[in-house]
Amino acid sequence: MLVSSGVFFLLMGAIGLLRFPDFYTRMHAAGKCDTLGSLLVFLGLAIYEGLELSAIKILLVGFFIFLTSPTATHAMAWSAYKNKVVPGVKETKT
Amino acid sequence: MQGFFLVMSLMILFATFLALCRIIKGPIIIDRIVGVNVIGTKTIAVILLTGHLFDRVDFFIDIAFVYALINFIGTLTLSKYFERKGIDNRRVTR
Repeated sequence: MLVSSGVFFLLMGAIGLLRFPDFYTRMHAAGKCDTLGSLLVFLGLAIYEGLELSAIKILLVGFFIFLTSPTATHAMAWSAYKNKVVPGVKETKT
Repeated sequence: MQGFFLVMSLMILFATFLALCRIIKGPIIIDRIVGVNVIGTKTIAVILLTGHLFDRVDFFIDIAFVYALINFIGTLTLSKYFERKGIDNRRVTR
């Protein structure tokens, strides 16, 4: 159940990444949906594993994702902001 | 239960394909970096699901952890590099 809901979030994040018009809204979809979806998938797999060392290591990987994914998203958004990417306008097709 | 893991892996693979479309289409370079980060995060989940598929979770967890580290460091380095260098946003309509 947790794994399927996490996969649902990952799928919605990917669709949002493909369909949103603006750069910052795409980053919004990618960052949060990825973090939540991966955390749900890891939690479900750890519960399926039972009380073992593997479950603790899966939770460690999940905690690492929980720390690093918002940091990476923030770094990318800051890089775009420094380069004066204007929010709210639709980019032309390449 | 193996079929469930297989179906979940295939759905994450479909989401990866959507993110790949964004990488090919992305108007500015940071869109492509976001897509690479999203694909890396989904790959970690696919690696853990594959470990459960083959009943060798304890090997695959270490691979997933190293993959998470490489994904984080690569994304951070790319975004810092393009923050210094400046991106080509002449295609963005003002």
